[in-house]
Amino acid sequence: MTVDPLIELRGVNKHFGELHVLRDIDLTVGRGEVVVVIGPSGSGKSTLCRTVNRLETVESGTILIDGTPLPAEGRALARLRAEVGMVFQSFNLFAHKTVLQNVSLAQVKVRGRKRDEADRRSRELLARVGLAAQADKYPAQLSGGQQQRVAIARALAMDPKALLFDEPTSALDPEMINEVLEVMRQLARDGMTMVVVTHEMGFARSAANRVVFMADGTVVEDRSPEEFFTAPRSERAKDFLSKILKH
Amino acid sequence: MNVLTENWSVFWEGFLGTVELTVFASLLALALGFLMASFRVAPVGSLRVFGTAWVTVLRNTPLTLLFFAVLLGLPRFGLVLPFKLFAVLALGCYTSAFICEALRSGINTVPRGQGEAARSLGMSFGQVLSVVVLPQAFRSVIPPVGSTLIALAKNSAIAGAFSVTELLGTYRTISELGYNIVWTFVWIAVGYLIVTLAISALFNFLERTWGVAR
Repeated sequence: MTVDPLIELRGVNKHFGELHVLRDIDLTVGRGEVVVVIGPSGSGKSTLCRTVNRLETVESGTILIDGTPLPAEGRALARLRAEVGMVFQSFNLFAHKTVLQNVSLAQVKVRGRKRDEADRRSRELLARVGLAAQADKYPAQLSGGQQQRVAIARALAMDPKALLFDEPTSALDPEMINEVLEVMRQLARDGMTMVVVTHEMGFARSAANRVVFMADGTVVEDRSPEEFFTAPRSERAKDFLSKILKH
Repeated sequence: MNVLTENWSVFWEGFLGTVELTVFASLLALALGFLMASFRVAPVGSLRVFGTAWVTVLRNTPLTLLFFAVLLGLPRFGLVLPFKLFAVLALGCYTSAFICEALRSGINTVPRGQGEAARSLGMSFGQVLSVVVLPQAFRSVIPPVGSTLIALAKNSAIAGAFSVTELLGTYRTISELGYNIVWTFVWIAVGYLIVTLAISALFNFLERTWGVAR
């Protein structure tokens, strides 16, 4: 099914001190694919997500984005990061900038767009995530769900080839989770390539092409959501699912 | 009172000397401190080492010793400059170590995620620092940078011992003329107060304009 790989990890290893957080990870994400990464906390799923744009460095193995190996620190890396958007658990909107400036900033600084052109694009994107009216507020004046939607708009403003979501709804009040997931579902329908680390099993079922289950730094299962949720193969996955699906 | 009025030009020249030393050394300290703080948080190891060495050496050297090293040492290596310029160099470099650390503590108050978000959008290290991190750090370093510059203003008195015209050094001229030493020092102290209170006022203003309402 992955005829056209966009993100490839081959034999990736990483330690945090003694802890072997990523053990020989092989993972391919095809263009237009939505891959949901789930697993117990400490399984290395966030770290995996962060290695893809080198917010975490790896010790061995290769990571390819669109066929190009991830460069070391420097200009080439910055260029590549602009192609891979990232949405964080804690939103990380620039606190000293308005919503509009948050979305426009990198367009101007990195893409070299004119300020008014960037602002026009930003307003378009803010409208798309349902926040056109909030453009002139500061992040602290928005709810968590609104902030996260701005963060998604900010990532989209770079016209990235792929988006990484590192637990995008974990810091949200339950009632705000859906507004963010709805934006993500829409992106998935529009054919965006997405890697989503999440605990939202509903989202995994409805929007993912594949579910990657991680435990103790390894990929234990990598299958379609239907197969994974109805008939997990590994004991580890069965145990995990029984714990989270029961309540 | 007549100590002041009768020696007005001596005091005035000394006062101007102190102001000059303070302003130029402050500018140098801010520029170098900014640069060194950037070095210390840079992704390049050699820059971090350089920044750390700079701070360690300058912060741990007594200022008087540094003055000796600069004013007597540098000419031996063929670098001959006016004493005033040497004094600005010594004061500026010395204070830059403290400015660097104040800035760095400010940088550390900015949540890690801010820099990560900026990097994930493809910004270069320079852009991350100048557009995202430092503007937020700046707000919390206004008070400590103010204190550091006030210390600089007072430290400039050491330059007087190296025959640079500045405020404290005026006492020698005036006491040779037979004026009351106590009153001389009182007026000198008033002079320093004017400089340091002016710095305080400036930084209070900056804090009111830029300080964070968290």
